[in-house]
Amino acid sequence: MPAKVIVLTSGKGGVGKTTSAAAVAAGLALRGNRTVVVDFDVGLRNLDLIMGCERRVVFDFINVINGDAKLNQALIKDRRNDNLYVFPTSQTRDKDALKREGVERVLDEMRESFDYIICDSPAGIEHGAITALYFADTAIIVTNPEVSSVRDSDRIIGILASKSRRAENNMDPVEVHLLLTRYSPARVEKGEMLAIDDVKEILSVPLLGVIPESESVLRASNTGTPVVFDDGSPAGQAYLDAVGRLLGEQRELRFLRPERRSFFRTLFGRA
Amino acid sequence: MRLLDFLFPERRDTAAIARDRLKIVLAHERASRAAPDFLPELQKDLLDVVGRYIEIRDDMLRVNVGHSGETSLLEINVELDGAKIKTVKNGAAPAKPAPPPIRVPKPDPGSHPPWVKPG
Repeated sequence: MPAKVIVLTSGKGGVGKTTSAAAVAAGLALRGNRTVVVDFDVGLRNLDLIMGCERRVVFDFINVINGDAKLNQALIKDRRNDNLYVFPTSQTRDKDALKREGVERVLDEMRESFDYIICDSPAGIEHGAITALYFADTAIIVTNPEVSSVRDSDRIIGILASKSRRAENNMDPVEVHLLLTRYSPARVEKGEMLAIDDVKEILSVPLLGVIPESESVLRASNTGTPVVFDDGSPAGQAYLDAVGRLLGEQRELRFLRPERRSFFRTLFGRA
Repeated sequence: MRLLDFLFPERRDTAAIARDRLKIVLAHERASRAAPDFLPELQKDLLDVVGRYIEIRDDMLRVNVGHSGETSLLEINVELDGAKIKTVKNGAAPAKPAPPPIRVPKPDPGSHPPWVKPG
């Protein structure tokens, strides 16, 4: 199978791109796929923290592009799963350091040893975000059920359709999926939050998954663990469902009812 | 009344407002995104040409790409209300006419968006 390049993008910042990139990559690795997750956010490196490998970064994306390091010197092998690798970005302030030709060369090299290349895009629609989505075969649009996030997602979907490599070369269009994150069924029930169907109808993009707002996401980032490794957390299971759908499986949406906490849990327990 | 409001607050479905606002703004943005890049340039050129004959303000000439069924249409609308025809004598440049009256629309107290309570 030829390697698939998947970008997680959103336009808006703070919607959960890096969390989702880490979770999707780890989920694909758990399913036996050789997976690398690549940080495209030059200058604001954070994927290493979310993946829990921040102290193992020696070389980065820019070093490899400039030929100062080999790819396998910069790739960090995950300690929890043998199929999973992290490719950290650089902390340089030169945001334009990711030249398209260099990125293409590195991606081509990674295609030879991986099944999935997950690209974690920076926010915005500037150079870095465009570079992250340019080579994508598949795009996962990370969206919160909130007006500014939905609007920016629409903008990014438009850019994928016009500025990606596939669009510029008249190839089959980038396969676009919607990942709705920080979803709160209780607030939807009260009429305080856009519902799944609202967002689906407005963006008219197929839904890959719905991740419920969950305390486990912050706990996972605190400890540098992709949330899918947290067995039993609703968010982790919802991400694993999304990964299943990405692999072509039919899976029912879950965690769409407000969580009713039992009296004992409220007193003693954690979510 | 205050006590009743406090005891039974009116639950407004703000998600429905969000959905409707998004639909409207995205319809506009998608239309302008689909427009070709040369539209502003074309509008400038057309203003120059039309401006040789009629005294018009920039906002009186609008260029849009619209759709009618399967056909794309380039729509050019020139508002003539209040425009002044220029007279050219012996090829000399016309005297600068008085600026056309600028009509300020009267604020309509009833035109609040549905989510703003008229104060």
